[in-house]
Parts: sequence; structure tokens; C-alpha cells
Amino acid sequence: MVEYKGKCVIDLQVNGETRTATVRPSDVLLDVLREQFGLTGAKPGCKNGDCGACTVLMDGWPVKSCLVLAVEAAGHAVTTIEGLQNVPLQKAFVDCEAFQCGYCTSGFLMVCHSLMTQHPDARESVIEDWLQANLCRCTGYSEIRNALRTVLPD
Amino acid sequence: MIAHDFDYYRPDTMKEAYGIYQKLSAMDKSPAYYAGGSEVITMSRAGSILPGAVVDLKAIPECTYMGFADEGLMIGACVTLSAIAESKLFPMLGTAVSRIADHTNQCRITLGGNVCGTIIYRESVLPLLLTDCSVYLWGANGERRVPIKDVFHQRVMLKKGEFITRFAIDQKWLGVPYIHVKKTKNEKIDYPLLTLVALLEGGDIRMAFSGLCEFPFRSSRIEDTLNGPDCTISEKAERITHQLPGPCLDNLDGSAEYRAFVLKNTVYKVLQKFKEMPNGRI
Amino acid sequence: MKSAVGTSVERIEAWEKVTGKAKYTGDFYSPGTLHARLVTSSIAHGRILSIDFSKARKQTGVRAVLDGKSFPALFGTLLEDQPALAIDKVRYFGEPLAIIVAASEAEASLAAELVEVEYEPLPVINSAQESVQQGAPLIHEAMMSYKKGANDLLPQAGTNVAASFQIRKGNLSHGWAASEVVIEEHYSLPGSDHAAMEVRVAQAEIKPGGTVEIMASTQSPFAVKKQVSKLFNIPEGKVVVRVPFLGGGFGGKAAVYLEVLAYMASFAVGGSPVRLTITREQDMASCPARLGLEADIKLGAARDGTIVAAEMLFLLDTGAYCTSSPYMSKAIAADCTGPYNIENLWCDSLCVYTNHIPATSFRGFAHESYTFCIERALDALANRCGIDPLELRLKNAIQPGHFSPTQVRITSSNAGNTSACIQKLSSLINWEEGIRIELGDGKVRAKGMSCLWKTSTSPTDASAGAILTFNSDGSLNLNTGVVEMGSGGQTQLAQMLADRMKMDIGRVHVRLDVDTQLNPHYWKTVASMTTYMAGRAVIKAADDAIAQLKAIASVALRCPPEELELGHEYVYLRSDPQFGISFQKLVQGFKYPNGNAVGGQIIGRGSFIMGHLTPLSPETGKGKTGPDWTVGAQAVEVELDTTEFTYRIIKAATVMDVGKLINPRAAEGIICGGMSMGLSLASREYFPYNGRGVMQATSLRNYKLLHIGQEPDYLVGFVETPQEDSPYGARVFSEHGIIGIPAALANALSTASNSSLNRLPITPETIWKSYMGGKP
Repeated sequence: MVEYKGKCVIDLQVNGETRTATVRPSDVLLDVLREQFGLTGAKPGCKNGDCGACTVLMDGWPVKSCLVLAVEAAGHAVTTIEGLQNVPLQKAFVDCEAFQCGYCTSGFLMVCHSLMTQHPDARESVIEDWLQANLCRCTGYSEIRNALRTVLPD
Repeated sequence: MIAHDFDYYRPDTMKEAYGIYQKLSAMDKSPAYYAGGSEVITMSRAGSILPGAVVDLKAIPECTYMGFADEGLMIGACVTLSAIAESKLFPMLGTAVSRIADHTNQCRITLGGNVCGTIIYRESVLPLLLTDCSVYLWGANGERRVPIKDVFHQRVMLKKGEFITRFAIDQKWLGVPYIHVKKTKNEKIDYPLLTLVALLEGGDIRMAFSGLCEFPFRSSRIEDTLNGPDCTISEKAERITHQLPGPCLDNLDGSAEYRAFVLKNTVYKVLQKFKEMPNGRI
Repeated sequence: MKSAVGTSVERIEAWEKVTGKAKYTGDFYSPGTLHARLVTSSIAHGRILSIDFSKARKQTGVRAVLDGKSFPALFGTLLEDQPALAIDKVRYFGEPLAIIVAASEAEASLAAELVEVEYEPLPVINSAQESVQQGAPLIHEAMMSYKKGANDLLPQAGTNVAASFQIRKGNLSHGWAASEVVIEEHYSLPGSDHAAMEVRVAQAEIKPGGTVEIMASTQSPFAVKKQVSKLFNIPEGKVVVRVPFLGGGFGGKAAVYLEVLAYMASFAVGGSPVRLTITREQDMASCPARLGLEADIKLGAARDGTIVAAEMLFLLDTGAYCTSSPYMSKAIAADCTGPYNIENLWCDSLCVYTNHIPATSFRGFAHESYTFCIERALDALANRCGIDPLELRLKNAIQPGHFSPTQVRITSSNAGNTSACIQKLSSLINWEEGIRIELGDGKVRAKGMSCLWKTSTSPTDASAGAILTFNSDGSLNLNTGVVEMGSGGQTQLAQMLADRMKMDIGRVHVRLDVDTQLNPHYWKTVASMTTYMAGRAVIKAADDAIAQLKAIASVALRCPPEELELGHEYVYLRSDPQFGISFQKLVQGFKYPNGNAVGGQIIGRGSFIMGHLTPLSPETGKGKTGPDWTVGAQAVEVELDTTEFTYRIIKAATVMDVGKLINPRAAEGIICGGMSMGLSLASREYFPYNGRGVMQATSLRNYKLLHIGQEPDYLVGFVETPQEDSPYGARVFSEHGIIGIPAALANALSTASNSSLNRLPITPETIWKSYMGGKP
């Protein structure tokens, strides 16, 4: 049985590196990524699982890092926006004006990235299902959809 | 951020989970079983629950298994909603869980977590009610298997420390044609005004609901009305609005009157669809 | 070289944003920073009998506790009516009444839970209409003694009316006499939230030398500087405000608030750095939000639809405190007709207190609200006259030579071309095919439209500045005080600058974050005014730099400066372009071969101040609130299922007179964003209050925003009628995309459902109620 009591030291696999953090078992992954690792690309838009701005990938699947305990993430591969290095999706977001203030962008990019990996042949309804986990207050959403379309195979 | 502290345990077996839960209870730690974490984390952040410890069930093999056994399809309580939908093993359940919260949250929320949640809608239970699934519970005397109708009355009736380990669904239900309708106030990603799942079994309609009352339900009274011979489908739809097993919800998502309107309308449309099916006898 | 103006260049900050490297206020963590947490009111109106901190103080890590008595002064830009923390009484649910400062956020939060507050409840005013009833309880008993930041508010003694504006134009009795058709309707819009994705946050520190350093998510760093200085009696130069990227503002981050609280929290712990983090729930319930509006509109027209008389009453629900609401009442009065010519006009626009969340500027500055009312009224009039709604609008569209409600003479420069927008919209949305089409199976497709216009309501002396410096390689640095919040203003300024300097835009480096000590003063990043105000300053700074470049080049090239031209970072002889000298050799001084140097570095400076604005006459409303109008026409197409009253939004279209397109793709994006917000607002968003004035939806779980998948196809068209006093003739329009959309949606759904939808938001249930009269 795995046990974490009181302050404890954990190793997390983040963007391919092992990083050590001292956490309370009730600390959520989002806060640890931001405060201890300086990975502030994941944003605290609501801390309630409603906005998706804090989305990261765990073993390739999107999760809202405000709804994951840091201790739970130990042993899983965590990917944050900082782990996306120059993928075509980022250029597509730039070219399609898929963001304005940029606060939701990391979250949308992570969901899109996971979708492209898990379902490269995704139909429109699947794209919608996945992206409905995230809120954007600036764009009309169609820009984000267009950006993703340009990088998905036909 | 969760302001208060709790300890975290991740047992490897059902027995260990029950044991640590009992031990923590005896220590006044107010433990909470933990699966996808969405409810425990949001409620802890809001301060509406203050567990002193959480017992994560996700390392227990039985709880995370999804596949076939003698009893049919076994779905562990800790299988995520997205895994159920992606597996395509039980389309009715896959459809129902794909409309709970949003996709990213479905990658975390588990079947057991949703069925046992404090959230009043618990829409994943509807297909389980319609298909008379079996529920495996782990408690003081180890694992027991019970028909869902014996353990689900408005909510899952668990003894203290008991937890659901898995669900077993008879093979015969897996491919059965079904109708799933979810109506919300206006935004798709929202709690239901009404979620309805229905299927035909031997010419009879089975129908289960969420969003109408403080709890999800399947009602024999309503099914008797639906399957009764003596009136039109429009009369049946009207009649069941008066047969709810509790007061109709009246909240920000919709008034009770409007819910009744939506119910009547939706049931009418569903009955019409069934009528068009070859073995429908409505 | 292709000009940077008129080109869809990519956002300057684009790559920061797609790599997660763009830093917002909450992204700066430094060890040793203390954390502050708010304690907020659990009731909407009541006397504070006691605040007991004894348990909270015992929580580990707590360093200080503060309540209203810690700093008993009032603040507010227009009317000083608001205590930093509630004093003696609370006036809305969620009102901050205490602050806990602790070593960690968790400790501050735990301690905040332990603060015990005892109230004596007072009667709650739960709507603007209740607020103006005879004998309504007063929310601010001392209103008349509050200090005013503006002289034109006209609060009404013994009432809850904090400000009032009126328009009296033409002769109303003549107007009614000439009216053959009269309609009269009531409209009601609830308050709602900005819901910027970034929750508001502020940090403060007081340095040993007395300098106050504030970092905050604000659209108004210079206003923060001024207010903190004034409120706490600190020399203005000792207050330094920094703003990194802003995660959306929409007007909600224009009001000064958390910055004041963060300063107080730091002061309470001897100046240590303190970060004030609030939750999304507090952002929604405690920080200023969008206004609510009630309106009565009566229109009189000739049978052919020509409007000859209008009488309007607007009650703006400003909630518990004013912030900028009085000027939203003013803006409503000033633009109340929409872009239509109404010669006989009477309008009263009141700003009234209630026990709701305080209202502040929101995208559209109340235009999105009053436009709903007037444009619904126009549809009602069109119906009554039996005229096509688009025809009715064309017939009444404002033209050069007409006068605005505040009696400003309309020209094509100051008000663009409304008719052209309507005509272009008609083809864009295929209006001719019919506005209500039955599709069978109970499905109906319908279209609705709305026009829009908006001018600004700034102080008459609002100003902007720009400073240009050069790098030794000849490239440029642009420095304005504009906050980068997503509207792309900085990119467009860089485009203008590159064009003016005839340089490649890649060689223009823009200082994106704001530091009030380094940047020139900029009024506020609000009212979509960046391209106009800061644009004017940038052009002036460019011209200043050009003059200096030519002056020093004339020495190097031994010719008079007037014979010189610029291009590709060269200054060259007009008559012989081969003969020139590079910026590189000029910008940090020109050096002769023998080592002697002259000229010194070139620093371009430019500034701008609003011209010819005047307050409105208290009797007639005559005056000028803003330099120019931006006009447009919008439409929404819906498909309604008349059996269950659910609907899909199929299309949303905007034609905007933008004067001149600076960045076409960015322009489309910002207009689509506005439409999206308008659709979300009109179809979902509102603050539900219970009977006791307690807000019922304070999270994004139950306060719904539009998600992807429910957005329509967006269509955007442009008209370009130059605005003569603006750089490149460009008009401002960053916020305007929202303005007519709620009305257009309501008009479409009213047409589809054959009912009159005069309230927002419009959900299937509200259509059902309107259609059925509430009977199932």
C-alpha cells in the first residue's frame, strides 16, 4: 500500500524529466507544477474543473490538473504545455488567430495535442466532445476549431 | 488548492482498502474513498467535506478491470467514464457517460465514483438500472454480489466502510437498441433538466430518468403506464408527469413546470420512436 | 516594401502564448511572499454587529488581520462611495469585509473560514425598480455627502439614485402629434459576469524607502497609481504599478479594487510582499460585474416607419457601489437612439443603487444593454407598421447633417456609414430569402438584426503617450502604457509605427508589459481606444523620430533635411536614393571617421489628448462625450424547434464600418469574439439572486458560458469610411462586436416563436413561458 502522510517528498515525471517536490497529500498537481516547478503554462482559471485552462496530459490523456492530487501523479508521465516543443499545432494556433488573451491557450493546446495522438482520424463530433472541456472567453471558438483542422489529416 | 490537510492511502487489495478505512475511522480520521477524485477535491476545496484521509481505490486490480467473465461484462468501479466510452463494449453506458461533465473530466471520473457521488444526477446509473446489473460490494464479510435493485434506492445503500468494487452486466444487454436523451437548460455542458435512457425488452419499454427528482430512478409505476394498453402515447406521456417518485426538481436549471413539459415532450417523442420499431407494441 | 498596415501580421506576443511562456500576474512566485485571503459577506444587506478574529488569529501562519476599521476611508473614481473593506454595514452578498494575511495560501484560507461575523439584517433591494419606489430603504444614507470625482453626476437626495442624465431634444409633443403608430415596451436585462479566464489577482510590497510596488491584473495601471497615491497619501512617484499579460479584461479589470486591498494587506505586515489571491467564486461574487438594466421605451412613427418621437427611461442597476456606472448611464443617454435619426427625443437615464454586486464597465460600456432595448423596440415598431425590420432601419439610419441625441452634428468622418453597413449585412446574411422560414417538423429558421453605434465616454482630458528608442542595429523599441489583454492593440500600434517609419515590422520591438515608472502615462486600456489614442501618440512619436533622423542625417549627408527620405532603415537623398546612410549609423549618434561624434541617441516622443469633448448639459444633454462613433449592423440566424422551444444558433454576422482595416485577420477575430460573447450573454448568462439578494451562481459550474460546438458560423464584413482625425482613418472596434448581438438573437427568436422576448437571457424555458404564458 502506498501511503503519504503529512509533508512528503515525491518524484514526478514531468515532460520527460524526473522532478522532486515536497507536498502535502492534499496539494493538487496544478499548484505543484506552478509553484514548485515554475511550470506556469497551466493556468488556474477556476480550480474547480470547469474551465480547462489547467489541462495537462497524464499518460497521454487530458486531465484537469486542479482535479488531480500531486501524489496521485507520481508514477505517471505528465506533459505540460512547456513539454510541447514547436509542434505544428502551435503554429496553427498562431496562424488561425486561435487565441487572444492567451490564458486558455495552454489548456486548449494540450487537449488538441492529446486528441491528435489518440484519435488522429477524429470526426467533428469527437473534436467537439473533447474541446467542450475548455472555455475560451475571447475567440468565437471557430478559430480554435480551424487551427486543429489544419493539422489533422484529412 | 485544498486548504486543509489529509493523508493519502492507496491500498493494493480490496481487503487492504477496507482494513485501512476501518482503521482510519477508528482513529476519527473521517476517511473518504477516493477514485477519480473530482468530487473529493472540489468539495474539499470548498470546505464542504473535510476528510482526514483519502483511500484511493485505483490500485486494486478488480476495481480497474474491464472485460468479460462468466457473469458477463465486468466493469471495475474505478474504470473511467472515457475508458468505458472508448471501449465500445457497452454502447448504452458509453453514450450515457459521454454526456456527464465534459470529456477531460470523463478521463478522471469513474463509474463507481459517479454512481456513489453526492451529485444528485448520477446519470451513469441509468443504464445499470435498466439492465438489472449486479453490483459487487466489499465489506466486513468480503465481497458480495447483489442485484442493483436491491442496493440502489435513490442512491447506493452502502454500509459504513463498504465500497463498490465492480459491476457485472449480462451479455444480452450489451448490444440492445436504446434511446438516450439529455436535455439541458441551454448549454450542452451542464447538469440535466432531464436525462432519459430507454430500451425495449421483450416488447416492453424500460425507462430510467435523471434530473427530474433529487435522485435518478427507474419506476415500475411509470413503466406500467408506458406499457399499459389502454391509452394513446400522448396520454401516457401526460400521465407519467404525475407519477414521479418524488417532488419534481425546481432549481436554476429549470422550474418544475418546465421540467414536466420537457418530460412529457421527450417521452412522447421516445414512445413514437419505439412505436416505429418492429417489435414495439405501444 | 509592403506596408505593415492592412496586412494580417501575426500577434507580436503569439509565440509566448502558444508555448505557455507568457507570464500573467499570478505566474510570478517568489519565496517569502505572504498570502492574503478575503472574508466576504454572507448576506446582501445588513449592519455589521461584530467581527470576531479570535479563532482566526490562532491559526498557524497568520500574520495580520484587517477589517474596515483598519482603514476607514472611502474611494471611487466618480463617486467616493466605497470602503475598501465594509465599514458598519455590508451592501451586497460577497462584499469583502476582512482580510487575513498568512504565510501560506492554505493558512490564510483556513483562518478566513474561522472569522465570525454577526449581522443585523436590513431590508434588501433586489431590483432597480424596487430601488426607485417611494420610501425604498436607502442603501447609502450619506450619499449626498460623498466626495465626487466628476461634477456631472446629479445624485438625487433622499433616494437611491446615484446619478442621472437626461436628453431633451426637439419637441416631444410635436413628435407625438405627428405619430401615427406608437409602441411602448418594457425591457429587462439581468446583471452578469465578465468571466475573464484569468481570475483577478494583485500583489503589493512596500519597500524600505517607501516605494509601493504593485503588480496586478488591471486594465488601468495609471489609475491604480493615482488612486493608491491619493487614498493612502503616498507621493505618486512612489507608487509603481506593473502589469504583465492580462488574461482577458472586458472592462472588468478597469476598476481599481484588489490593488487597494493588497496595499493594505502589505501595510499591515510592515510592507512585506503580499499576494492577494481570490477564488473564481470570489471573482464572481465579490468583484465588480456587468450592469443590470430596466428600460421603458415608447416610439412614435409615421405609418411608413419614419420615427418621429421617442421617450425612454433607463434604470441602471449599479448594485451596491458606483465604480464607473454613472458614466454608463451617461453613455446610455448620449447614444440612446442607436444610429438612427430621432428628432424629438426625451430620455432619462438613472444610475441606481441596489443590494446587488457592484456594476462596472463591461465590453460595450452599457451599449450591449441599451441596444437590446432600442433594437427590440424597432422590431416591435416594424411589426406594427408592417414593414420589414431591415427596411425600417435603413429608413431611419442616421446620416450626415443629422444630430446625435447630444446634438453633435453627424458627419461621415465622425459617424461612418450606417446605411452601407445595413445593405452589406443584408446580402451577407441573405436577408432577402425571408426572415421566417418553416422547415417542417415544427422547425423554423429565422433571422433577426440589430444596428450598433458607440462612442467613448472618457474624461474630456484623457491622454496617451508613446516613446520610441532605437537599438544600435537600427531597430526600434516601442513603449506605450497599453496593457496587452488580447485585443491585439500593441500589434496594431507596431503596424502603424512600421508603416510610418517605412520599416519591416519585425524590426519593431514592443514593450508588452506595463510599468508606470517606465511607460508614458496612458489613461486606461479601455473603450477600445488603443488604435485611436495611443495610435495618435505613436504617429506623433514616429514623426518626432523621423525629424531627428533627418536632422542628424543632414549633417552626415551634408544636405538640408527636407531633401531627405526614409525607407528600409535608411535615410537617403530623395533625388539620389543611392546616396544615404543607415539608421544604424544615426540612431545612437553619428560618428565621423576621425572619431568625433555628434547627435546623440534619438528618442521619439509623442502624446495625445482628447480634443473638443464637453460635459453634457444637465437640462438638455447637449455636449460631446467622445470623438467619433463606430457603427455597424449585425444579424443572427436561428433554428427553433417549436415543439420543444430548443434552438440552435446557425449564423451570426457583423458588418462594421472600421474606417480602415489595419490587420484584417485580427479584426475578424476580435469581432467574432465579440459576437461569441454576445451570444453567450444573451442565451445563458445572468446572475440569479434569491429573494434575499444572495447570488446563486458563483462558479463556472452553474454560471454557464458558451462552449465550443454551439457556436454558429460567423460572417464578418467591413465598410471603410475614413475617420479623418484617426491614424490611417481607422475606427476603434475591439469591443463593438458584442453590441447588437443580444438584440439580433432576441429579434430572431421572437420572429421564430411569434412571441415577444424582451428579457435576457433567452433559454428554451423563457421562450416556452413567453409563448405559453407560463401554462404547460
